[in-house]
Amino acid sequence: MAKIRGAVTVDAERCKGCELCVSTCDKQVLGMSTAVNSKGYHYAYMANPEACIGCTNCGIICPDGVISVYRVKVEE
Amino acid sequence: MKEREMRLMKGNEAIAEAAIRAGADAFYGYPITPQTEVMEYLMETDATARTGMAVLQAESEVSAINMVYGGASTGHRVMTSSSSPGISLMAEGISYLAGAELPCLLINVSRGGPGLGTIQPSQADYFQTVKGGGHGDYKLLTLAPSSVQELADFIALGFDLAFKYRNPTMILADGALGQMMEKIYLPAQRPRFTEYPDWATNGTPEGKERRFITSLNLLPQEHELVNIRLQKKYREMEQNEVRYEMIQCDDADYVIVAFGIIARIAQKSIELARAKGHKIGLFRPISLYPFPYDQIREMADNPRIKGLMSVELSAGQMIEDIRLAVEGRKPVGFFGRLGGMVPTPEEIETALYNYFNIK
Amino acid sequence: MSTAMEVNDIIKPENLVYQKSRLMAEKQFNFCPGCGHGVVVRTIAEVIEEMGIEHDVIGISPVGCSVFLYDFYKFDVVEAAHGRACAVATGIKRVQPDKFVFTYQGDGDLAAIGTGETMHACNRGENIVIVFINNGIYGMTGGQMAPTTLEGMKTTTCPRGRDVKTMGYPLNITPLLAQLDGVCYVTRHSVHTPANVRKLKKALRQAFENQRDKKGTSIVEVVSNCNSGWGLTPKAANDWMVENMFKKYPLGDIKVDGKIVMDMNAPR
Repeated sequence: MAKIRGAVTVDAERCKGCELCVSTCDKQVLGMSTAVNSKGYHYAYMANPEACIGCTNCGIICPDGVISVYRVKVEE
Repeated sequence: MKEREMRLMKGNEAIAEAAIRAGADAFYGYPITPQTEVMEYLMETDATARTGMAVLQAESEVSAINMVYGGASTGHRVMTSSSSPGISLMAEGISYLAGAELPCLLINVSRGGPGLGTIQPSQADYFQTVKGGGHGDYKLLTLAPSSVQELADFIALGFDLAFKYRNPTMILADGALGQMMEKIYLPAQRPRFTEYPDWATNGTPEGKERRFITSLNLLPQEHELVNIRLQKKYREMEQNEVRYEMIQCDDADYVIVAFGIIARIAQKSIELARAKGHKIGLFRPISLYPFPYDQIREMADNPRIKGLMSVELSAGQMIEDIRLAVEGRKPVGFFGRLGGMVPTPEEIETALYNYFNIK
Repeated sequence: MSTAMEVNDIIKPENLVYQKSRLMAEKQFNFCPGCGHGVVVRTIAEVIEEMGIEHDVIGISPVGCSVFLYDFYKFDVVEAAHGRACAVATGIKRVQPDKFVFTYQGDGDLAAIGTGETMHACNRGENIVIVFINNGIYGMTGGQMAPTTLEGMKTTTCPRGRDVKTMGYPLNITPLLAQLDGVCYVTRHSVHTPANVRKLKKALRQAFENQRDKKGTSIVEVVSNCNSGWGLTPKAANDWMVENMFKKYPLGDIKVDGKIVMDMNAPR
C-alpha cells in the first residue's frame, strides 16, 4: 500500500516569523524555532516531520514564499 | 491653559497644537509622509472637542485644497498641511485662492523630489513656493522656520498675515523640522474669531449687498485691473513683511545664506570656522517671499564682505534670488545636497573654504 | 519500513511539488510579517507564469504598501502617482493593446484619491485587470483611516473609532463599479486560507483571460489583513477580518461576463 510522505524547506533567512504556516498546517508539522535569523525573526521549521504529507498548504499561505514543498509516494 | 506653556514636541505635533491654540476653524488634509502626524495629532487630541474646529481627512490633496478654498471663502481661518507631491496637487487650488484673494494657511513639510521622490527633507520646493507652482501672476507670503519654536509661532502669525493681506500664507518647512523634537513654548489658547470680513460669503446679511467669490474675469480690461490690484498688494507685502536674521555678520568676511534646517546646521559650521579664526557670518531669510533683497544687496555693497555662499537642500534655487540681489557685485558660491541627503556642519564648512580658497 | 525514510530522501528536485514562482525577483518583500499583500503578489506571478505571458505583461504599482512592487517581479512594472494607476494603465494599454496590463492598488489609491481615474477607466471599459487590496487602512503612512475602514474601527485618524456622521461611511466601491457597462468581471476574494488563495488564483486567471478576449475591465478585490495597522498578530488579524471585514465586504462574485450576479438589494 502506498503512503504519501512530504517534507518542506524553509528559507530561514527570509522567514519573517509570521507563524501563518504553523496554524495553516492541518498535521501540526511546523513549529517556530527558538533561534532567530539575522533579522531577529524566529523562523518556521519542521518540528514534526513524519506527519508531513506534502499538501502544499504552507507553501501557498506563506506571504514571503519561503517554503518549498516536496512529496513522494512510498511503497510500504 | 497657562500662558507660554513649555513642552517637548515634535514639529508636526507642534503645528497641530499651535493651530488649535491659534483658534483655527478647520484643518482639511490628507496623509503623506513626513507630515501625517499633524492630522493624527489633531484627531488624537480631539481638536473638535477642544475648540469646535473641524478636522477632516479628505480623499485627496486636490479635494483638501478645495475644501480650504470653500472654508476660506466664508472668512474662516482654515488650513491644510501636506508635503511636496501633495503641494503639487494643490497648485491649482492655491492659484485659485490667490486669484480670489482668500486668506488661508498652507504648510509644506518638504521632502526630496522630483516625483514620488523620498521622504527625507528637502528645500527643492523653493521655486514652487515663491515663483509660482500654480499658474498665473500670484505670490504666496512665505515663512521659513528653522526651529520647532518658529514652526509653532508662525501658525498664528501666518493666519494673521493671511487675513491682513487677503492672501494665502505658506509655511515652507521640511521633513527634518517636522520630525524633530525640541523644547518649545506654546502660546495660550486664543478664542476662535466670531466676526468675519465683509467680503466673506457666509450668507447675505439683512439689508446688505450680497457677496460673491471668484477668480474669473472674461474681460481682459477688467482682469488686468484685478492683476494690478494683486500686484499693489504684493508691493505692500514687500514693503512691510520682510523677515530675516543675521548671525555674526557684523565682522564677517564671508556670509553663508541659508534658510530652514540648513540654517541650523550652518550655525554650527560658523562656530567651527570661527574657532579656526575665520570670520564667517550667517544670513537667514525668514520670509522667502518677500525676499530680503535689500539686506543682501547691502551686504554685497559692504567692502569688507568678500563673498556669499548659498547653502540649500537642492540643486540651487534660492541662489537665483541671492544673485538677483547681489547683481554681480560679489561672487556668490553654492553648496547643496540633493534627494533628501542632509549635510554635516563640516561639509558646509569645507565647501565654503573650497569655493573661496580660504586656507 | 517507510517511516525510516529520511527527510533528506524526500527533499529531492524530482519530488518538488511547490515553490514560489520563478518570476519573483530576489528582493525581499517590504510587507510586514503575515501581510496578505505577499500572498497576492506571489499568486499574480504564478498566474502570469502559468499563462506564459511574462514577456507581454506590464504591471502598475501604486503608492501604498505595494509601492515597491517593481522590485518584486521579473517583468516590467511602472510606478504611478497616488491614485492614478488606472489612468497610467489606460495610457499604456491604448498604445500597446496586445500587452497584458494590470494595476495593483490599495484602498486609498483606488477608492480615495483615485476614485475619478478608477471610475472612468471602468466606464471606458479599458481592457485591463485591476487588482484591489482592501484592508481598510492606510498602511504605508502609518495606519490612517481609509475609505473602506469599517464603522467604529480605530485608526490613527479616527482614534475613537470611525464616526460615520462626520467621517463618512465605509465605501463599498466594487459593487458601485460593477454597475458600469464597461466592466465585465468583478469578484472579491481573500488569502487567509489555502482554499481561498486557490480561488483567487482562478479569479486572476479569469481576469487575464478576459483581457486577452477584450471583454472590458476586470476587477479582482482581495479583502486582506493589516496586522500592523490593526494591532493584532497575523493569525488574530485574519480571524478579525473574517469576523468583521467579510460582513461589510462579503466574498464571492459580484459581476461575471457582464452580468451582475450579486444581490444588489442586499444591504451593502
